[in-house]
Amino acid sequence: MKNMIKLLKTSPVSARFGLIVITLSLVVALLAPILAPYGQSEIVSDVWLSPSYDYPLGTDQLGRDMLTRLIYGARNSIFIAFTTTMIAFGLGAILGLIAATTGGWLDILLSRIVDIFMAFPTLILALMILSVLGTSIPVLIVVVALLDSTRVFRLARALAMDIAIMEFVDAARLRGEKTLYIVWREILPNALPALIAEFGLRFCFIFLFISSLSFLGLGIQPPTADWGSMVRENSGAMNFGILCPLYPAATIALLTVSINLVVDWFLHRSAQIRA
Amino acid sequence: MMNEQRLLTIKNLQIEGWQEEKWKPVVKGIDLHLNRGEVLGLIGESGAGKSTIGLAAMGYARKGCRISGGSINFHGKELREASERELENIRGVKIAYVAQSAAASFNPSHQLMTQFAEIPLEHGLMTQAEARQKAVNLYTRLFLPDPEGIGFRYPHQVSGGQLQRAMVAMAMACDPDIIVFDEPTTALDVTTQIEVLSAIKDVVRQSNCAAIYITHDLAVVAQLADRIMVLQNGLEVEEGDARSMLHAPKQEYTARLLAVRRVIKEARPPVEEEPLMRVEHITAAYKNGPSILHDVSFNVHRGRTVAVVGESGSGKTSVARVITGFLPQSEGMIYFDGIEMSPLLKHRDKNRLRKWQMIFQMPDVAINPRHKVKEIIGRPISFYYGLGKKQVGKRVGELLDMIELDTGYLDRYPSELSGGEKQRICIARALAASPELIICDEITSALDQLVAEEILKLLQRLQDELNMSYLFITHDLATVKAIADDVVVMYQGRVVEQGPRQTVFTPPHHEYTELLLSSVPEMDPDWLDNLLKKREQKEMNK
Repeated sequence: MKNMIKLLKTSPVSARFGLIVITLSLVVALLAPILAPYGQSEIVSDVWLSPSYDYPLGTDQLGRDMLTRLIYGARNSIFIAFTTTMIAFGLGAILGLIAATTGGWLDILLSRIVDIFMAFPTLILALMILSVLGTSIPVLIVVVALLDSTRVFRLARALAMDIAIMEFVDAARLRGEKTLYIVWREILPNALPALIAEFGLRFCFIFLFISSLSFLGLGIQPPTADWGSMVRENSGAMNFGILCPLYPAATIALLTVSINLVVDWFLHRSAQIRA
Repeated sequence: MMNEQRLLTIKNLQIEGWQEEKWKPVVKGIDLHLNRGEVLGLIGESGAGKSTIGLAAMGYARKGCRISGGSINFHGKELREASERELENIRGVKIAYVAQSAAASFNPSHQLMTQFAEIPLEHGLMTQAEARQKAVNLYTRLFLPDPEGIGFRYPHQVSGGQLQRAMVAMAMACDPDIIVFDEPTTALDVTTQIEVLSAIKDVVRQSNCAAIYITHDLAVVAQLADRIMVLQNGLEVEEGDARSMLHAPKQEYTARLLAVRRVIKEARPPVEEEPLMRVEHITAAYKNGPSILHDVSFNVHRGRTVAVVGESGSGKTSVARVITGFLPQSEGMIYFDGIEMSPLLKHRDKNRLRKWQMIFQMPDVAINPRHKVKEIIGRPISFYYGLGKKQVGKRVGELLDMIELDTGYLDRYPSELSGGEKQRICIARALAASPELIICDEITSALDQLVAEEILKLLQRLQDELNMSYLFITHDLATVKAIADDVVVMYQGRVVEQGPRQTVFTPPHHEYTELLLSSVPEMDPDWLDNLLKKREQKEMNK
């Protein structure tokens, strides 16, 4: 804990900003029912009202309170995107590292499977699988995570290939270490910075990917609020010069930028350890 | 009179480097001057600031460095105040630079000639045809084979020594007044080093320019320099005429640098007992490729050190790879303690793997940068002996003591260690397994000479205490003299000569051993000239 505080004290302004935004989003997401002035799918007024005292950010295309929807949206969007990214990383990174370290038939098998998945456009593949399996949130998370783990697999494998030829890995092999030890203790710590950088980006992609699925009716189902689908649903308002779709767009941008600011700081620090 | 010849005057030069979020002094006030026709040798260990000074002579500071004080006067022009444009017209044209690794400095996708002509054409100093003419002329003067045609080859199509000479030619394209040589022969074999040294020497003499020659090797600089400046930690230790400095150094530090190559291990009589390891008739090849080892046989006795010597490509590292099981042999067998060793690493069992350990060439990449020292040394102990945390900790402490480091190092990461300390940690990791044999692959070649000497002394002490055997893979004959009992000389994948060190190093030699031995630079300034004369005569006699 002391170390954490010390670490925060030395952090640059950009990273602090990122951390504050992330913490704020998490707090909002957790306390959504308490913070939100209205119900998630409660129709409170007319369509696309301008901001006022009662509706600080106006209302959306069905007359629901925008602020309420944003607060609930934080909950759904962050939870789903985060869980999905975690699963994608857990799966992709571990398999990628093992494939690169063992080589041989396992590597060939896994790589070809990944190639097959990557040969199809992700969105179309996701649509196909989701329309067969139905559109509950757990299914959505698993399908998107699986599809995205192919990208993580490729990255992790490429990273591990470079690390596996280093002499400290040779030294571990000479000692007679098992593959899992080598992957876990020798290779993973060195691949971690790049993987975390990718995590920041992947999180944003998945965020947007889920919103495209929502737009096509196979993602998060209405009336559940989620930032991505809120942009799509309200996009018509742009024609009338109403700022409505820009609020969820801005929150997406703010959160993704913040995550990447923190990731950058982390990368900078780990580069120092290495050099 | 003197001032007319004066090309470069550097006064009170101070350079700072950006480290740990602060500007820290790297070069702390150096005075230096260079006259036409003169070669100044800059020597010192890594971190002494010699390359930084070399670059500063061109008014250039590397990224993360800045020139913070002093003056650099070239031909009456102050380089610190010169504009980028003016500097562009000086760099590469009036002052040229030859980097340590030609292989890394050439663009692999252009022909040598294209790269040669780049600067002269860019500055409009020559036409394409003139540049070509000039290149052929310089290639001839640098004794490159086929000077007419070699310019049309790509960097990967010529050897390392030839590439280094092509780079010297490139530096001389615009007839510069000053050439800065930054360790141009460090990455080369001794036999190749001779070619490059003699080429540089001739060319500098003929073209009447001045040169700054940067190296960590006093014997190399002795062959070329008129004056030598010794640097340590960004400060001048001493400066003076090359001959008098080599003859009678004024400072203790210089004297230590001079003495470093003169350590010779006491000869021990050969033993007749059953050897610890027998390598018998090994032939090996990389996947489907031609054989790189042919019928290699030698023995390693208990408590003795065997050195495998040869230039790069001689197969000496492949021998280590076969023994360690990374490269399974196609024929032949290795016996350890009288028992046959399986060619494949994964078929060897843990208890036998414990008995031989390896120390690698580059300590930087041989230890995991993300592990603390206690994990690095502790892992073999818990892995082989299955000891508890407390006992491992105790043993790690003992091992640190053996390699002359204190327990303050336990929680450090490799990036917080110097090169020599890292190599000590690698030694401790090998010792942690309590092995009977340690394979040392060029373990001192990435280290400064003084540090390397310390490491060799440490290894010798450990051998005396623990009666281990060493297999030393090296290209450096000074290392061989300092540590080996037995020597195996390899050339093109074959053993050309082997036996106790005194026998191999006393004439008559095999032809290749002779070449290898005579190519090691000596501290005598006339050594290179004498050697070349001798070799010429030999050619004539033939």
